[in-house]
Amino acid sequence: MIDEPFAVGSTLFHRLDARVKCIAAAALSLDLALTGSFTAALTGCLLTAFLLLLSRPDPKLLGKRILTVNFFTLFLWLTLPFTYGGAEYTSFLSLQLSLEGLGTAALITVKTNGILFCFLALLATSPLVNLGHALEKLGMPRKLIFILLFSYRQLFIIYQEYERLQRAAALRGFVPTNSMHTYRTYGHLFGMTLVKSWKRAERIHQAMLLRGFHGKLIPLNQPPLTGKDQLFLFIMLLLSLLLAGVSLFPCPHTL
Amino acid sequence: MTPPTPLLELRDISYTYPGTAEETLSHVNFTLTDERIGLIGANGSGKTTFFQLIMGLIRPQSGELFFQGKMVHSEKDFQELRRTIGFLFQNSDDQLFSPTVLEDVAFGPLNMGASPDEAKEISIKTLEKLGLKDFEDRITHKLSGGEKKLTALATILSMQPKLLLLDEPSNNLDPATRERLINILRGLDQAHIIISHDMDFLASTCAQLYTIEHRQLHRCDQKQVHSHEHLHPYGDKPHQHGT
Ligand SMILES: Nc1ncnc2c1ncn2[C@@H]1O[C@H](COP(=O)(O)OP(=O)(O)OP(=O)(O)O)[C@@H](O)[C@H]1O
Ligand SMILES: [Mg+2]
Repeated sequence: MIDEPFAVGSTLFHRLDARVKCIAAAALSLDLALTGSFTAALTGCLLTAFLLLLSRPDPKLLGKRILTVNFFTLFLWLTLPFTYGGAEYTSFLSLQLSLEGLGTAALITVKTNGILFCFLALLATSPLVNLGHALEKLGMPRKLIFILLFSYRQLFIIYQEYERLQRAAALRGFVPTNSMHTYRTYGHLFGMTLVKSWKRAERIHQAMLLRGFHGKLIPLNQPPLTGKDQLFLFIMLLLSLLLAGVSLFPCPHTL
Repeated sequence: MTPPTPLLELRDISYTYPGTAEETLSHVNFTLTDERIGLIGANGSGKTTFFQLIMGLIRPQSGELFFQGKMVHSEKDFQELRRTIGFLFQNSDDQLFSPTVLEDVAFGPLNMGASPDEAKEISIKTLEKLGLKDFEDRITHKLSGGEKKLTALATILSMQPKLLLLDEPSNNLDPATRERLINILRGLDQAHIIISHDMDFLASTCAQLYTIEHRQLHRCDQKQVHSHEHLHPYGDKPHQHGT
C-alpha cells in the first residue's frame, strides 16, 4: 500500500537535495494558495506542470492522483455556479450559471492542481525519510518530525498486520457474507490488528533502545548542497517572487 | 589473585509476567565464565525472557544484575550495558526498522557517536563479512526471512559488542547459509550465548550448554548430558558436543 512510487527515478528532481526541494515547494505552493489572480494561478500551475513533466512520473499513477484530487474540485463545479450569486449569468442547457461562480471554481481548480503538481514534482520525488531529515535540518521541531516519520512507519505496520491476519483467515476458508459470523470475525480482525501493531511498535522501540537510540535520529546521508542545488533553489525562489509579483500587481486588463 | 570480574552476573533473579500467576523464572543465578554458551529448553520455558531480563527490556521483581562487576539498576546503567551486549531478536521483523539495509546497520554506530562516513564504512564491512555484499540499498521489509535474520545480525555486529545474545539465529537459514553462520560465529572474538533448538548448530558453535527447566537455569554437566535425557530433547539424533 504505502510505497513511494514517485520517489524512484534518476531525474534531476530525484537527485536534488531534499532541503532545497522543501523550500521551493513551500514557496511555490504558498504563492499558489494565496493568490487571487487567475493569471498568476495559471502561470504557476503551468510552471509546476512543467516541473512535474521534468521529473518523469509514471503516467498511469499520475493520472490516478490527478483524478483523485479533482474528484473534490468536481463538487465545486457542481455547486459554485449555482450558489455563488453575483451580477452576471450565462445559460447553459437551460441552466442559469453565475459567471463569478464559474470563475471561482476555475481558480480553485487551477490552484489545487498547481499545488498538486508542485508537491508531486518536488516532494513526492524524495522518500519521506529524507524529507523528515531535511525538515529537521531546516529547523522544524524534532518532536514533530518524529511524529511524522513514525506515524508513517506505523501506518505501514498496521496495514501489514491487517493483511497478514486477513490472509490467515482467508486461508482457513473465511468468506465474508452478511452474517453474524462475518461481523464477529471482522471485529476480531480489527481488534487483533490494533493489539498486534501496538505490540510491534513496542518491540521496535525496544530494538531502537538496544541500539543506543536516545531521542535523536541521525541521518546517514546528508551531503552538503551542491552548486546544482543552489542554482535550482535560486531559480525557484526567483520564480516564486515573480509569481507573487504577478498576483500582487495584476495587469489591469486581466481577470 | 582474584579472578577477573565476569562481564555479566545474575543473582537470584525472579520474574513474573504481569497478569500471570506463576513465575516464569525463579531465583536464577548465572555467571558468564565461558565464552561460548548454548541455551536449550522447551518452548515457553523462558529462554527469551532470560535474554530480555539481561538487556533490561523487562525488569525482575527480585534479584540483582551485575555488569562488569557493577550493579545495573537504572535505565542509564542499562544504556551503558546495551552498548556492550548485542541482542538478536527471535523475530527479525521487530529488529529492522529503517527503510534500507545500510541505514539500519548504520543506526547503532551513528547513535554511538560515529560520523556518517565512519558508520557507513563499518556497516559495509560488517555486511561483507556476513556475505551480504551489495545489500546496502535493499529495502528491509522486502527481504526474505533468512536475509532479514542475517541483516539483523549485521545491525548488532556493527556496534562491535563484547557479548552476543542470539535468540534462535539458525532459524530460517538454508544449509549453506547456516554453515556460513557457524563459521562466522566461530571466527568472532566476542563471547556469545545462543538459544537454539538445533543441537548440531549448538555443538559446532558452543563449548558449554545451559538449559532452562522448571523455571531455573542449569549448567549442563558435559559428561552426563546423555544420561539426562530430559535436558536433551534431541538426544536421539546423532550429534556431538563441542570440544
Ligand atoms: N508478554 C508476555 N506476557 C505474558 N506472558 C508471557 C509474555 N511473553 C512470554 N510469556 C510467557 O512466558 C513464558 C516464557 O516465554 P519465553 O518467550 O521466554 O519462552 P522461550 O523459552 O523463549 O520459548 P520459545 O522456545 O518458544 O521461543 C511462556 O510461557 C510465555 O507464554
Ligand atoms: Mg523464545
